[in-house]
Amino acid sequence: MATVPSSARVVVIGAGIVGNSLVHHLARLGWRDIVQIDKGPLPNPGGSTGHASNFIFPVDHSREITDLTLDSMKQYKEMGVFTESGGFEVARTEERMEELRRRMSSAKAWGIEAELVTPEQVAEKVPFLDPSVIVGAFWTPSVGVVDSLRAGTIMRERALEAGALTVVPNAEVVGLDVEEGRIRRVRTDQGDIEAETVVIACGVWSPRIARMAGAHIPLTPAVHQMISVGPVPVLAEKEGEISFPIVRDMDTFCYERQHGADMEVGSYAHRPILHDPDEIPSIEQSKLSPTELPFTEEDFDPQLEQALELMPEILGDESVEIRYAINGLLSLTPDGAPVLGETPEVKGLWSAAAVWIKEGPGVGRAVAEWMTDGLPEIDLGHSDIARFYPHQRTRSHIRARTSESFNKTYGIVHPGEQWESDRGSRLSPMHADEVARGAVFFETAGWERPHWYESNASLLEEYGDRVMPREHEWDSRWWSPIINAEHLAMRDRAGIVDLTAFAIFDVVGPGAMEAVQRITVAQVDVKVGRVVYTPVLDGRGGFRSDLTVMRLAWDRFRVVTGGAHGMVDKKWFADRMPADGGADNWAAVVDLTSAYTTIGLWGPRARDILGQLTRDDISHEGFGFGTCRDIEVDSLSVLASRISYVGELGWELHLPFEHGAKLWSLLHEAGEQHGAVPVGIGVYGTTGRIEKGYRAYGFELDAERTIIEAGMQRPKVKSADFVGREAYLKQREEQPAAVLCTLTVEDHTSRSGQKRYMLGGEPILSKDGGELLDDHGHRPYVTTAGSAPSLGKHVLMAYLPPSEATVGNELTVSYMEELYPVRVGSVDTTALFDPENERVKS
Amino acid sequence: MDVLVCIKRVPDTGGAITLTDDGMGVDSRLLGHTVSPHEEAAVELAVQTAKATGGSATVLTVGTDDSIEQLRNAVALGCTSPVLVEVEPDRLGPADVAGMIADVVRRHEERGTSYGLVLLGNDAADTGDFQVGVRLAYELGRPVVTGVSRFEVDGEEVTARVESTDGTDVYRLPAPAVLTVMEGGVEPRYPSVPGRMKAKKAVVETVEPTHEPVGNGRVRLKLPPAPPTRVEILGEGASAAPAVVDLLEKLGVAR
Amino acid sequence: MSTRTALVLLEPTGGALSEVSAESLTFARHAAAEVHALVVGADASTLAEEAGRLGATVVHGAAATSGDAFSAYAPAAWAAAVVAAVEASGATLVLAAGTPRGNEVLAHVACRLGVAMAANVVQVDGDDGGSMVVSRQVLGGTALEEMRLTDRVALLTVAGHACEIEPAAAPAAAEVRPLDVALDPRDLVVRVVETVAGEPDASGALKSAKVVVGAGRGVGSADGFKEITDLADLLGGAVGVSRVVTSLGWRPHHEQVGQTGSRISPDVYIPCGISGAIQHWAGCSSAKTILAINTDAEAPMVTKAHYAVIGDLHEVVPAINEELRRRRG
Repeated sequence: MATVPSSARVVVIGAGIVGNSLVHHLARLGWRDIVQIDKGPLPNPGGSTGHASNFIFPVDHSREITDLTLDSMKQYKEMGVFTESGGFEVARTEERMEELRRRMSSAKAWGIEAELVTPEQVAEKVPFLDPSVIVGAFWTPSVGVVDSLRAGTIMRERALEAGALTVVPNAEVVGLDVEEGRIRRVRTDQGDIEAETVVIACGVWSPRIARMAGAHIPLTPAVHQMISVGPVPVLAEKEGEISFPIVRDMDTFCYERQHGADMEVGSYAHRPILHDPDEIPSIEQSKLSPTELPFTEEDFDPQLEQALELMPEILGDESVEIRYAINGLLSLTPDGAPVLGETPEVKGLWSAAAVWIKEGPGVGRAVAEWMTDGLPEIDLGHSDIARFYPHQRTRSHIRARTSESFNKTYGIVHPGEQWESDRGSRLSPMHADEVARGAVFFETAGWERPHWYESNASLLEEYGDRVMPREHEWDSRWWSPIINAEHLAMRDRAGIVDLTAFAIFDVVGPGAMEAVQRITVAQVDVKVGRVVYTPVLDGRGGFRSDLTVMRLAWDRFRVVTGGAHGMVDKKWFADRMPADGGADNWAAVVDLTSAYTTIGLWGPRARDILGQLTRDDISHEGFGFGTCRDIEVDSLSVLASRISYVGELGWELHLPFEHGAKLWSLLHEAGEQHGAVPVGIGVYGTTGRIEKGYRAYGFELDAERTIIEAGMQRPKVKSADFVGREAYLKQREEQPAAVLCTLTVEDHTSRSGQKRYMLGGEPILSKDGGELLDDHGHRPYVTTAGSAPSLGKHVLMAYLPPSEATVGNELTVSYMEELYPVRVGSVDTTALFDPENERVKS
Repeated sequence: MDVLVCIKRVPDTGGAITLTDDGMGVDSRLLGHTVSPHEEAAVELAVQTAKATGGSATVLTVGTDDSIEQLRNAVALGCTSPVLVEVEPDRLGPADVAGMIADVVRRHEERGTSYGLVLLGNDAADTGDFQVGVRLAYELGRPVVTGVSRFEVDGEEVTARVESTDGTDVYRLPAPAVLTVMEGGVEPRYPSVPGRMKAKKAVVETVEPTHEPVGNGRVRLKLPPAPPTRVEILGEGASAAPAVVDLLEKLGVAR
Repeated sequence: MSTRTALVLLEPTGGALSEVSAESLTFARHAAAEVHALVVGADASTLAEEAGRLGATVVHGAAATSGDAFSAYAPAAWAAAVVAAVEASGATLVLAAGTPRGNEVLAHVACRLGVAMAANVVQVDGDDGGSMVVSRQVLGGTALEEMRLTDRVALLTVAGHACEIEPAAAPAAAEVRPLDVALDPRDLVVRVVETVAGEPDASGALKSAKVVVGAGRGVGSADGFKEITDLADLLGGAVGVSRVVTSLGWRPHHEQVGQTGSRISPDVYIPCGISGAIQHWAGCSSAKTILAINTDAEAPMVTKAHYAVIGDLHEVVPAINEELRRRRG
């Protein structure tokens, strides 16, 4: 009887596509003494990989997912387990055709060959499809199917051949031991394994395993229904597993995929059927496998009817039988992205979960790289397990969001689309007043943030066409011209912004300065009372974040960062505190997010308004830009910080949460005579910043971009060492491979005569519509799009090839398969509005 | 010939089952439901017989309305006019079930449908009583053969074949008759998509049971202890071949 | 100690007592004070010694009052004989083997006597002379049901291997008593009219094979079955496969062994590269000897097997074939 080894350098739990590719890549990167265990037998231990439909459509609206998919396809091909079939995404409605046009934008932006085709062209390649049911299709020739089980075996064998791996199937994890916050031991029914690094790659079981260590992997097992019908004569005639393209019937949320003589029909249209990881049957209890649950016919019947419409010749044949039907389990997450990285709760315990077959090998490689030197080549920012706030890890939240998102798998999802379920989790102290003002709330990290205020509708009359109204429903969905009116009112007078969603944490202790200094690019060895805006880099000189740091005392630095990314930033800082600083040099991270609220006050009248409420000196001379200090505002003590993300004179006002509502009403009372208005995040997050050329992490900035490419370099580099310094110095010596530019759209008129407004993600092409390539070999695409009402222009940001990055250069942007002329307005951080920054420093 | 085929909804168990807390049943919350392979064969034979004789294949079950799923599945395979005797089946014994089926047969007879054959599975996959078919035959005063894997109908004569250790036992009996079916003689078909569509729309005749059940004598269910592993490893890889052949010779299967 | 008299319906094969009947007699001896046996359609005297050795004191030899009604199997007539023997012996417990015929005849008896019947009993849990609680196999043997029998005569069939065959402490040749059975013509309506060594159907060869070589996903492809079929041919056996193999279209469905395929009970089953999922196990667990070939020593099929070779079937099976050919010269 084989038992598990008593110790390992790393234990990988799970032998599905993710665990298998992970052990391969770890071995390839030089790891040895890897132990891989699974409670099931090999090669199919009974998880979701075993019943996957195994097809890959490379185009996704997310660049991160697309990159992982393309890398996975490359790996599958190298292993000889990929069969190219081509694939159609067919539209039954005009609305879907429009979505397919948008998909073309993504295809072009990510450089994937695709084209829109007619129903007849589909029927040519798929003769058993009834073209009269559809209006068109999106054709991707590189779509294919893989043998994911075979791929897993190959990858395991490679690690075995390298002498790096011990595989123990049929060993079930019964416990994970954590000592002093670090994983120490995996307990299995075959014995214990001592290990300081453990990866949970257990798909739908991952939450259960993580909980053994007190960690959370927020996903839920959910049912995806699938049937297989056959044998189909027209399919049986052809050799091999697949000889007809795969068809995704987008409007019915179904797919039809040939598998030898059989046709598989899968569905994402049925009601969300969620399970609990603890309720998944054991291998012994299962008829087929633990993740192939009994088929519930009534859920599938409507889809069957629709599939019959599309392929009457095959599915209407009485002799073609439904031979296999399952409710297959797969993993869904609250935001749809994978869950990757070291768990915030337990050092050394990693998650590699919620991954589809199409991303498996790419995820394996990226996580292995991350585990090796902290630097995955593909930025995994949107998949980082640290992104979740505690409330987002609860069962109720996960179930609510996954129930809502399940039917969006094939849905038409607007880039601005908001969640409907489990809202109202985090409310600012001024929430009630905001509701009274008709705030339209968007959610970030659980926070309800006013995106605009209906109470400002009266401004529309004041500004007329300057609010740049949008004619097309899609362009104006999740948008309001009131945003632009608020913007103009702020520029003319003043705006009051609820910024409670900031994540705020202090780095404290005698070693705080040195600790922060090692993390930030900017100099933080500054006087108490200085505010420093700084990029945060990884070891390769890519962006990890950008944020502001206030030095509040010699041993206290307050970090303020965006809510969406706050938890990841906090972990990044906490992971880099001195390990054994001792009494003289310790430093620690203290989370204050829920202790403080922040209100922004900006605009030419900001000083007048604040001046009415304080006796402190807030003159330009007395309270300079880039400084912060405590001031008295009426009866409140407020930490005022003179910076701006909207390019105006003003302050971030930080104060204890419970005082927030009072400050909010004081500012509004004082602001009234100055014409101040409440201003939503539509201005703060988009219009205000892009006019000023301010970059945003997650849009312009990510781990694949450098300070130089983003045009954010300063004349000097601080002498103190910091993460990424060496890479940054090297980057400064080289020509950037791409240059972040701000562009203006010169003509919005579409062929139909209607004016169209880009929303982000669109490809930038040459003046005549030709493809552009930067020196990375990437195609330029729009990272942020939005109104610049002060300029009367629609503004786009994009990384362009250096040769195209000249002010005045004329290019085009492709939107819904039409070209619009654009002009380069800025090739660095120079703002299109108030380029000298006179407003900020007035 | 009009055929009535009787099926029973049972949990689709793997090898390890979990009992309910009261020990009176199987915890089927995570399990699907099915009918036994014998009944699948019976449905197939019923459909084939109806087709061959220009008759009908009516499907019946005794159980709760959950069993409609199994009735519809049979309709998807070619059965018609599904009948549900709606009753909580856990308290019923084989005599009760036989009595309820007999009532439906008699009632349909009054309505003008005489079943030349009533088909059942050889034994139910869950209770394994091996007697409902025989009891039904006695209720109806009809001849019965159990364990039939194939049969032919020639006018009013039925030739039934039962696989035994000696070969195939052949019976000839007059219709109307009762046959219990053993899997293996026919390969049950799977439903087609059009069949499934038809099944969805089928109207189920729901019947109330006519008499109080006498019950089944169940005290409780229990799980048998797992047999310990007893494997003897003959060797590893190709080098084990001589030991394997030694064993095969000892067992008398290697000539 | 029970005060019952038990009657055991014997199923002789080829003039001798079958194994299952011997088990039934042993079982009856543990459940009753006195055991009678009944022979229908065979010569009771030739079985008396063997039945006596297993504790039967009386063997009833059924003879129809008219003609040779018992010369061919007729379940209702057999049942009539059992009912007559119950009357003759005063038995309050009737047993038969849990075979197709045992179950069928006792089901008829149950109808005739108007009593309950328990099929596939493995043990008697309690008996106060009037009410008897037995444990019997349900759910294909994955569970046991405790069932109470309260009728004046308790009917049960005995599951295979429910007990070890054991001679009585004081064996003696049983007394043979002829039993006249008056039959109604209706009792002979259903009667075996012919027994043919039938042509086996597609899965018949598999079900009747003495040796079955099993193959699972481990074979790797539709083209990988050469060595498997060679081994089956060398042993004069059949090939049986797991569900995944047929669903992948590598082999025809009639070769599938398992819950949704054939249930087999060969003398030797040789599963190659089959992990032993329950659905497959359900179809092959009745094999007398299981010899598993698998790379994984922990695979359920290996731990449940009698013998195993740990290794890749693509290496082991050709070596066995080679060895078989070599020994045959």
